[in-house]
Amino acid sequence: MAMSSAVAIDPSGAKPKPLFAPGRVLIYSLLIVTSIYYLVPLYVMIITSLKDLDQIREGNIFIPTLKPSFDAWVKAWSQACTGLNCTGLAPGFWNSVFITVPSVIVSIAVASISGYSLAMWPFKLAEWCFTILLVGSFIPYQVFLYPLVIITREMGIYSTLYAVIFVHTVFGLPILTLLFRNYFASLPNELFKAARVDGAGYWRIFFRVLAPMSLPIFTVAVILQVTGIWNDFLFGVIYAGPTNYPMTVQLNNIVNSLQGVKEYNVEMAATILTGLVPLTIYFLSGKYFVRGIAAGAVKG
Amino acid sequence: MHSVSVKNVSLNFGAASVLKNMNLDVEEGEFIVLLGPSGCGKSTLLNCLAGLLELSEGQIFIKGKNVTWVEPSERGIGMVFQSYALYPQMTVRGNLSFGLKIAGLPKDEVDRRVARAAEILQIGPLLDRKPGALSGGQRQRVAIGRALVRDVDVFLFDEPLSNLDAKLRSELRVEIKRLHTRLNNTMVYVTHDQIEALTLADRIAVMKGGVIQQLADPQTIYNKPSNLFVAGFIGSPSMNFLSGKTIEGGRAFQFGDTRIDLAGYDGGAVLERDQAILGVRPEHISVSHEAPSGPSIPAVVEIDENLGADSLVWLMCGTKEICVRVPVEGRLPAGTQVHLALDIHKASLFDAKTEQRI
Amino acid sequence: MSEVKRPNPLFRNLTSKLAASPMIFIVLVVFVGSTMWTVASSFTGIKTLPIFTPQEFYDNWVGWDQYVRLWNTPRWITSITNLAIYGILYSGFAFVIGFLLAVLMDQKIRAEGVFRTIYLYPFALSFIVTGKVWAWVLNPAFGLEKTVRDMGWTSFSFDWLTNRDMAIYTVVIAGLWQGTGLVMALMLAGLRSIDDEIWRAARVDGIPKWRTYLQIVVPMMRPVMITIFVIVASGSVRVYDLVLALTQGGPGNSSQVPSMYIYEKLFVGALAQGTAASSVLLLATAIILIPWIIVEFGKKSRE
Repeated sequence: MAMSSAVAIDPSGAKPKPLFAPGRVLIYSLLIVTSIYYLVPLYVMIITSLKDLDQIREGNIFIPTLKPSFDAWVKAWSQACTGLNCTGLAPGFWNSVFITVPSVIVSIAVASISGYSLAMWPFKLAEWCFTILLVGSFIPYQVFLYPLVIITREMGIYSTLYAVIFVHTVFGLPILTLLFRNYFASLPNELFKAARVDGAGYWRIFFRVLAPMSLPIFTVAVILQVTGIWNDFLFGVIYAGPTNYPMTVQLNNIVNSLQGVKEYNVEMAATILTGLVPLTIYFLSGKYFVRGIAAGAVKG
Repeated sequence: MHSVSVKNVSLNFGAASVLKNMNLDVEEGEFIVLLGPSGCGKSTLLNCLAGLLELSEGQIFIKGKNVTWVEPSERGIGMVFQSYALYPQMTVRGNLSFGLKIAGLPKDEVDRRVARAAEILQIGPLLDRKPGALSGGQRQRVAIGRALVRDVDVFLFDEPLSNLDAKLRSELRVEIKRLHTRLNNTMVYVTHDQIEALTLADRIAVMKGGVIQQLADPQTIYNKPSNLFVAGFIGSPSMNFLSGKTIEGGRAFQFGDTRIDLAGYDGGAVLERDQAILGVRPEHISVSHEAPSGPSIPAVVEIDENLGADSLVWLMCGTKEICVRVPVEGRLPAGTQVHLALDIHKASLFDAKTEQRI
Repeated sequence: MSEVKRPNPLFRNLTSKLAASPMIFIVLVVFVGSTMWTVASSFTGIKTLPIFTPQEFYDNWVGWDQYVRLWNTPRWITSITNLAIYGILYSGFAFVIGFLLAVLMDQKIRAEGVFRTIYLYPFALSFIVTGKVWAWVLNPAFGLEKTVRDMGWTSFSFDWLTNRDMAIYTVVIAGLWQGTGLVMALMLAGLRSIDDEIWRAARVDGIPKWRTYLQIVVPMMRPVMITIFVIVASGSVRVYDLVLALTQGGPGNSSQVPSMYIYEKLFVGALAQGTAASSVLLLATAIILIPWIIVEFGKKSRE
């Protein structure tokens, strides 16, 4: 398969050419115009959230505000209503934290161990299962929705945090296992042999020899999972139970709440707040994020 | 009691058979080299000895104990790898003591062994560095040290010098030889480099296709190769092979129109064979401008390669290319007509059908 | 020198087997078991109570009835038509625009990191966030339409969000905004994996740049491109959150997608109808996957 987990994302070759050659002008113009298209929604979202309702009704969505105010943010965070509850997004934020942290840990633990078994201690059944997993990762979620209700109900965890953690572990498994398997397989096999001659067993090789060398891939996996799980909507709705609804679900409920005047500034503030965690991670992690999606998406 | 004993060992990967019913006994304190082209099964055999690969058939004994299904760390072996395989996040000291700590040795014993290995290999000043800060040669010393601290009777080397440049390689080669003299433990050493094999080994096992082709001391391997493969694989440039037949009840060899007397051939009964191959090493052929008194082979000089100490002359003998090693003073311009005389005593005669030495 | 028998291979690397057992459990129970259950139950008449035993399946067996009913449901027809529109337009545009952006990015430009960050940041966002933002930008009363009208074009109309015939295309716009950056990043990685010497060789031969891309680079990237296409296309089949946040499937049912239909049927007492619809999506995914499987596994067996 074409790309390994370490995809080339750095510019290579000669230095950039001067800015003002005719061909260059065209290239940069195209890049800038498309960039504007990508940036406009973010801009609109931010300035709308800083306006009050009068400013929104009078002006248009692209005009910046001269009197920015964070009132809408405060309201979105702590007062906005979903149905009869006027608690804002804050409980959703904390629910998302309580879902995301254990889900990330459990899914990465299961997948890294599975990837390690596949790369270093392979056996037939695991290899077969891995092939099924790769194909299975393309199967639409809808196929699994109800069976997972049955499974989690049988496990006695349906409609709890545990259920949603379990489901995130299930759906993180294909990409993460692939990521870890390929990474471990790319490490020199003689290192593994040397450790076995030294008497290290399965767990000791994993924790003492391989894990310390695998910080980059664990970083990639964490970024991939934090953004993925934070952004999830469907699994949160179905499996977490109403008291554990994640932030995305609360956002959707707040915006769709039909009571009273539509407060667009609050809606946009709530939208930004929901996107803030993954956006922050994205801007901080840069290349790791690209590596994660590239490695995860380009299977193998 | 043999130090290492391989009994009827076979290994199959699916349909491919990598080792075929192999038998090998290594004496106590012996330095044995497994030599062969890539894919011959030499590294596979070594990994089997180490317990890193499972046998399909057969048994392996180390110091008389059946270790066929014993974990690598409990076989009483130490192993040195081609890529050094040092743990990058640990210091040299950490690398050396990792296995000892797992084995639960007391701290003063660990320190004592590490200090001894460091002394023998002269890596004392490096003990607190990480492998990333070491040169290739230093890394390989540490890797040898890791085998050394285990205090075992059998050392396994898997192409340990292949990643080093030529100069370091010959330095460490001498060092390994010295180590063997000093410790006198059993060493099994895998390489594809015949110089390493010839210089280091007490005995060489030449392998091909998962089968040991010949197991003998270096001199025998070089002078009396047991079959065509060994004859062609050992020696650089390789042995000249003349195809012909044996005549006169085995007293002579006919190559083209030339009759070569086999008197003095050091081998078995030649008999008359209508398909035979006479193998002569480049240094066992002499070149003269005048036809010598006895039978000789006429040839034309094609290329003369000066190697410094001597030179290699490539000649055409009809359509057959022949290489001769001559003293550098006897250099010959291209196109010279010469006569070749063979040293039959040092030649090897093979049956063309069985490819075995006669 | 006695022989020692081979230990039971079942216990070889036992720790590895135990450690991998959660994965094996998930694959066998969730991936294999669930798929089989979903497909099997789509041939039954179950409503709210799931069934498990062969006897129960036998008792509830209705053959193709669920599928017949499915294809006679106008809402499903709308949904599947919308999915086809969305899937084809989204995959096609994301693929082409993503490739073009990657080619632009590959011209040894300055501030490449800045552009990449800009193109890719929407991908870090939730579909719900994307849907809400675009719902606001495309809101006829306040958004683009109003802005252009305020600028003087009073007859300007851009009411796709509230237009029954056009609502699904707003989903395409928002989807592209979110997903094209991913395609660009993957394509760029593919372009960068091509040996620099190919480019030098083409330059020495005097081949123009655009021809090198079209006739040398694209064919070399074919396996990567097929993989990217499969990822994008199979991902588009799942679309749910985005529609929910952007149009709620409306106006009316006009922008409904199959996921919504399935979700509703599964949880309001038409279980078998929901699983039948899921099985149709499974089939659609299989059709997308087949070329990829042929390429990937064909490649493996050749190696």
